[in-house]
Amino acid sequence: MEKYIEQARTTLLNPVEVGDRELDTLLGKMTGRHIDHADLYFQYTRHESWVLEEGIVKSGSYNVDKGVGLRAVSGDKSGFAFSDDLRFPTLTQAAESVRGIAHGIGKGRIAVADRRSVNAPILYEPRNPLASFSDVEKVSLLERVEQEARKIDPRVKQVIVNLAGSHEIVMVVRADGQVCADVRPLIRLTVNVVAETNGRREQGSFSGGSRETYDFLTNDDVAFGYAREAVRQALVNLESVNAPAGTMDVVLGPGWPGIILHEAVGHGLEGDFNRKGTSAYSGRIGEKVASELCTIVDDGTITNRRGSLTIDDEGTPSKNSVLIENGVLKGYMQDLTNARLMNQPPTGNGRRESFRHQPMPRMTNTYMLPGQSTHDEIISSVDKGLYAVSFSGGQVDITSGEFVFSATEAYLIEKGRVTRPVKGVTLIGNGPDVLNRITMVGNNLELDSGTGTCGKNGQSVPVGVGQPTIRIDSLTVGGVEV
Amino acid sequence: MSGNGLVSVENSNDVSKYVTQALDYALKFGVDGACAHVGRGKGYELTVRMGELETIEHHNGGSLRVTVFMGHKKGSSTTSDLSDEAIAEAVRAAKSIAGFTSEDPCNGLAPKDRLAREFSDLDLCHPSDIDREKALEIAQECESTALSSDTRIINSEGATVETLDSTTAFGNSDGFLHEEKTTSYVVSCCVIGKSESGMQQDYWYSRGCDPNQLDSAQSIGLMTAKRTLRRLDSRRIKTCDVPVLFEAPIASSLLRCLIGGISGSALYRKASFLLDSIGEQIFPEGTRIHEQPHIKRTLGSTYADAEGVATVARDIISDGVLQGYVLDTYSARKLGMETTANAGGVRNLTIDCGERDFAGMLKLMDTGLLVTDLMGFGVNTVTGNYSQGARGFWVENGEMQYPVEELTIAGNLRDMFSAIVEVGNDVDLRRNIRTGSILISNMAVSGE
Repeated sequence: MEKYIEQARTTLLNPVEVGDRELDTLLGKMTGRHIDHADLYFQYTRHESWVLEEGIVKSGSYNVDKGVGLRAVSGDKSGFAFSDDLRFPTLTQAAESVRGIAHGIGKGRIAVADRRSVNAPILYEPRNPLASFSDVEKVSLLERVEQEARKIDPRVKQVIVNLAGSHEIVMVVRADGQVCADVRPLIRLTVNVVAETNGRREQGSFSGGSRETYDFLTNDDVAFGYAREAVRQALVNLESVNAPAGTMDVVLGPGWPGIILHEAVGHGLEGDFNRKGTSAYSGRIGEKVASELCTIVDDGTITNRRGSLTIDDEGTPSKNSVLIENGVLKGYMQDLTNARLMNQPPTGNGRRESFRHQPMPRMTNTYMLPGQSTHDEIISSVDKGLYAVSFSGGQVDITSGEFVFSATEAYLIEKGRVTRPVKGVTLIGNGPDVLNRITMVGNNLELDSGTGTCGKNGQSVPVGVGQPTIRIDSLTVGGVEV
Repeated sequence: MSGNGLVSVENSNDVSKYVTQALDYALKFGVDGACAHVGRGKGYELTVRMGELETIEHHNGGSLRVTVFMGHKKGSSTTSDLSDEAIAEAVRAAKSIAGFTSEDPCNGLAPKDRLAREFSDLDLCHPSDIDREKALEIAQECESTALSSDTRIINSEGATVETLDSTTAFGNSDGFLHEEKTTSYVVSCCVIGKSESGMQQDYWYSRGCDPNQLDSAQSIGLMTAKRTLRRLDSRRIKTCDVPVLFEAPIASSLLRCLIGGISGSALYRKASFLLDSIGEQIFPEGTRIHEQPHIKRTLGSTYADAEGVATVARDIISDGVLQGYVLDTYSARKLGMETTANAGGVRNLTIDCGERDFAGMLKLMDTGLLVTDLMGFGVNTVTGNYSQGARGFWVENGEMQYPVEELTIAGNLRDMFSAIVEVGNDVDLRRNIRTGSILISNMAVSGE
């Protein structure tokens, strides 16, 4: 961690001659009577993206983003400002503007404390993905992925491959004296294909990545695997028939379909909604909110995963938190402010999109632990239903508990067997209600391939999901065959 | 750079200089063509919750995006640091990328003869004296109106006032340079109602470039409360095939699906359900959908698109027939056509409406589903397959009977477009797509 702090200073602070004395002055302006917490969040991000389509790499972009977010918290109130100009006079103005939030509410009387560091296990190497391959190698990777996709089947008409990588240095300086830093790599490769036969066109896509360098994609032919998956999905969809409408038993495959947990449970268990009492799960800790087959965790500590963080964006080390254990609600996901107001420990879920945004409770990697059933047992238990294996995204209304998720690859189950593929359908249900109707949980836990991005209040952060195969009794399926 | 205090926040909103700087560096580094865009915004966002100030966020930032062409090879780069060195670095990075991309004859700057030359004042800049005290009052009045309007309103996500003064500039190495200043103001509110069957929330907002265009804090609060209360005790309905009326605030999503299908990037990739459909009857006869890029005092209006091309008022659908696509320079060249000045999107897309107001539209539907909210990602632009989560009201005898939830509506966009019966005159003017409520003769509704 000391090494990261030094790297952050060198990159962000030394060029503008901001040192410990200046940081103390800024925090001093942001603290005082009624202020419970104040922090500075410095961030330097380099991001690149390369796009191949029609067989050639047509464009690429390189982005540099640098700045600081300044925050003072008083009770449940916060003052916030950001600046992309790191020079001390500008920072001073910003620091003065955030303090005005205190109106005799907070109990605190924070003064700037002596510096201390924090210990957290390192979950990913600090290497820079952008420098891990030469530009020639990046272009060559895209071309080889494209060729792999095209050679599988002549019905493949379009292949678009997108390679994205970022390297982020963050440093959190808090008025309580804690100083910490993190260096975060993140990569993702996405393959989209359009296949055509007899005038009918369908698409397929696959995407994945990790908090590693681009070598992750070339080791074990990972990238080629994405190409094959995208093509397979497009070809399956070429055979798809209209989906049924109405309520039926639904089996969700392992891995990425865990998006259901993110929507049906995850958001509803974020601390801010529960402190305010606006979530369908508010005030229900200790209650049974799901079938006893369900144990669901949010785990930011898995090595190299997209949703993992060594420390969150407020400097709290990541944790593996049990949200639901054998169907009983155990805990919420917290940032510092909501943890303090609810008198609970912070859980390492304080995250923000960038220095331009305030942190709030967000998920990391959310998944369900495995059960006893085999995948085949679960499929064969359904007489007539739907088997869904891939999704484009989901959404939830945390107050009513209503959620949706939209399948991009799904099949009919008839008499215990997976039969015809169906066109994309949206599934809809109510979180607490649907979780109680999970009647089988597989022994085949998988995490997703590293592709998820979660949006909340206009802020996007990378997340992970996972689950074993599960069966849900009577879920509403949005097909056209009434 | 130093910390001597001479330079604090930008003295001027003049951002054209950054564009000029970037273009100068590009030419100095020997590229064949370049364009650059800079945006700077300054404002604040203030939220009141349960009567008390909850957060104030001060916004002040900018970024530059530069694109360079080496022959027909392209590279781009962005930076939030607008110092001279950072701009030079961004241009260098873009040029380096262009060295590794492939020749694509369609790459390049917009045609010179299409660049905008005439600019008159669109009246989009209305700096106001809404200081934080005033904003606090507005937010408090808005939220308290909602909270006090009914005892079933028990909680709140708050009321927010946002202001933003932004300046953007775009220029290219063919000599084009244009700067625009706009202001925007939004007041929004979200509250929670509770009945025996559970909690529901809804929101409402008002938006404009001039604070005088905004609805009063009180009326926004009342509307928020009304929309929240009417959702309480939602029921489910049986799976059925019925007429569906899209309430005006969400009806714009149908037109967004149309734009997705006729946008250049989807068309040249052959990834659209509306390939080769110019001249085809997509909507019922009489339907007109057109762009109005020059409406004064309206956010979204502009004389130049994101590549500097002069925007034009034009029909996209006339008498139900598709007249043209939505193209930028690159996608137009790919299709062997000309740009339609839609780099950056469509502007004030408008569907002409009929004579009926909202109540009249309900009467026209008689029995069916009124959809007030859509959820999910179930729109497939390649096939036109449509399946979305929905909630709203069950309608009988032209009257809303009770709220309904946990439904999906499904169909194919081509069928849905041709099944439009009428567009109401209850036009929602808050967004860039302007439509009243839209009635579709039938869709598959999935419920219990």
